[in-house]
Amino acid sequence: LRGKGRVDQAFLDELEKRLYLADVGTQATRLIVDRVRQAFRDKEITGEVEVFVKAQLRELLTDATPGINYQPTGPTVVMIAGVNGSGKTTSIAKLANQLQSEGKKVLLAACDTFRAAAVEQLTVWAGRIGCEIVKQGQNADPSAVAHDACEKAKARGFDVLIVDTAGRLHTQTHLMKELEKIHRIVARQIPGAPHEVLLVLDATTGQNALTQAEQFSKSVKCTGIVLSKLDGTAKGGSVFAIKQKLGLPVKFVGLGEQIGDMEPFDPDAFVTALFEKE
Amino acid sequence: MFEGITKSLGEAFKKLRGRGRLTAENVKDGLREVRRAFLEADVNFNVATDFIARVEAKSLGQDVLARVDPSEQIVKNVYEELCALMGPVDHKIPQRADRPVVLMLCGLQGSGKTTTAAKLALTLKGQNRKPMLAAADLQRPGAVEQLKTLGEQIGVPVYSEATNPVDVCRNAVAQAKRTLCDIVILDTAGRLQIDDALMDELKRIDKLVKPDECYLVVDAMIGQEAANVAKAFNDALELNACILTKLDGDARGGAAMSIKGVTGVPIKFIGMGEKVDKLEDFIPERMAGRIMGQ
Ligand SMILES: Nc1nc2c(ncn2[C@@H]2O[C@H](COP(=O)(O)OP(=O)(O)OP(=O)(O)O)[C@@H](O)[C@H]2O)c(=O)[nH]1
Ligand SMILES: Nc1nc2c(ncn2[C@@H]2O[C@H](COP(=O)(O)OP(=O)(O)OP(=O)(O)O)[C@@H](O)[C@H]2O)c(=O)[nH]1
Ligand SMILES: [K+]
Ligand SMILES: [Mg+2]
Ligand SMILES: [Mg+2]
Repeated sequence: LRGKGRVDQAFLDELEKRLYLADVGTQATRLIVDRVRQAFRDKEITGEVEVFVKAQLRELLTDATPGINYQPTGPTVVMIAGVNGSGKTTSIAKLANQLQSEGKKVLLAACDTFRAAAVEQLTVWAGRIGCEIVKQGQNADPSAVAHDACEKAKARGFDVLIVDTAGRLHTQTHLMKELEKIHRIVARQIPGAPHEVLLVLDATTGQNALTQAEQFSKSVKCTGIVLSKLDGTAKGGSVFAIKQKLGLPVKFVGLGEQIGDMEPFDPDAFVTALFEKE
Repeated sequence: MFEGITKSLGEAFKKLRGRGRLTAENVKDGLREVRRAFLEADVNFNVATDFIARVEAKSLGQDVLARVDPSEQIVKNVYEELCALMGPVDHKIPQRADRPVVLMLCGLQGSGKTTTAAKLALTLKGQNRKPMLAAADLQRPGAVEQLKTLGEQIGVPVYSEATNPVDVCRNAVAQAKRTLCDIVILDTAGRLQIDDALMDELKRIDKLVKPDECYLVVDAMIGQEAANVAKAFNDALELNACILTKLDGDARGGAAMSIKGVTGVPIKFIGMGEKVDKLEDFIPERMAGRIMGQ
């Protein structure tokens, strides 16, 4: 895509292919290719097309409210949701670690009481980070855990409460209802909470990502996305359609399995990586 | 399963039917719609392009233009090509008398390996075999505990030791022999196909333990990346089959086409839920039928 020569059909075909291979998807790909076609119809190009394409893509992803909507008083509650295995628990460890290193007092709520050893997994992370955790036994009611965690966060002056939830497919109505219940309990216990509902999306996910974002947003009003596993060669291009359609911004990216492997979303770096071959 | 692709293909073919007589140009147009449907179903871009080219060549070679309802011929061609691409599948898991059979599961992080290991063990138990699970993920917090919990749930022994993945696998096989288990399932840690150190670790296990079969576990929600992942794992390990998980959702599952298209490795089983009894045989014809909306 080096910008030399002419923006002709061959160039647009190549751009389209790259976007498809990055999981950008039909609608967003068409939108982007059309914009480029309009702007450069049969123009002789020397360098500026690459700049234009990247600027367009960046603009599609820019978010006015980056990071966590932190409340200066009272516990800030961050709820984490997503499909099975997307990276929720690990992302929580990363976020908790970051907040703690900023001097905030963080509490974790182990509301995945379903998956085998999910509580143990979060407990190990809490131990490594040195933050506290509220948990109950396997198959306990996740809303009850959330309730206890809210009480503790208020009573003991925690700055941030992060709520882990079990992975669930958005097609599982009863499990989506369970998620809504956790959300309701948190909102009842702490006014204005949850202050963030982050959908953890695996960057290798294809077009199903948009449906996930739609359905989870419908249930628990997501405020942003954590795009995990971006350290692989997957590009995570589905976030264009998600931003276009739902206005849901990417807030953080996951870049590995360790607690230090998370960064705030950088549209520039993201767009550059989109066109890099592995 | 595959509702999405079924719907878009249905729409594509409706369009084809509505166009009256087909010309070579119309065949191209119609197949462009099929291609778009495939892409929306997450079929790899290059696999979709090759597939369409094959169907186009086949359709034109058959003198489609002379037929009364040429669109039906194209539907048939797409269906046949889909079946040919995704099949055939052998659902049998090897048996041997001299020593325990070893199955190795591998794949990206979070794809469903540990759950699938338990599902396979339960299936084998149901076939009167004596499986053992080996906890070779010493990396992710709680991974060993997860497998132990599942093992307990299904009444299958789990071998673990706090050493390293290679030793776990080797010693698990020895333990299986001693305890008269006839099949060992190795649950390895998730890894990226570009992580050379961790891919080398898999190769070391492969060389030392010589698994009878090696299965790649892939999340059905995966997009274009499926082709890269399958190719890299197959290059490193010579995969015998692939297991596609989380097909109980509404993912279109184009990965089934991508993986077979790029590597020739067949999909053997599918995961249809989180519970340990939710493993099914992969049936290409059924899958193709569903894709086509028949
Ligand atoms: N390479 C890489 N792996 C990641 C990243 N984030 C998470 N993982 C891995 O992905 C796998 C799943 O992560 P979890 O945090 O357990 O995912 P989850 O969404 O909590 O899973 P469930 O609770 O079972 O739904 C683990 O092996 C993690 O180590 C990331 O940014 N990069
Ligand atoms: N809905 C559904 N969920 C599944 C299926 N298979 C696995 N899962 C879930 O997906 C998540 C990840 O599964 P694991 O078995 O832990 O995946 P893994 O590949 O072992 O993960 P790592 O060891 O962290 O790489 C868990 O929440 C499982 O319950 C399936 O077929 N359907
Ligand atoms: K996944
Ligand atoms: Mg989790
Ligand atoms: Mg595992």
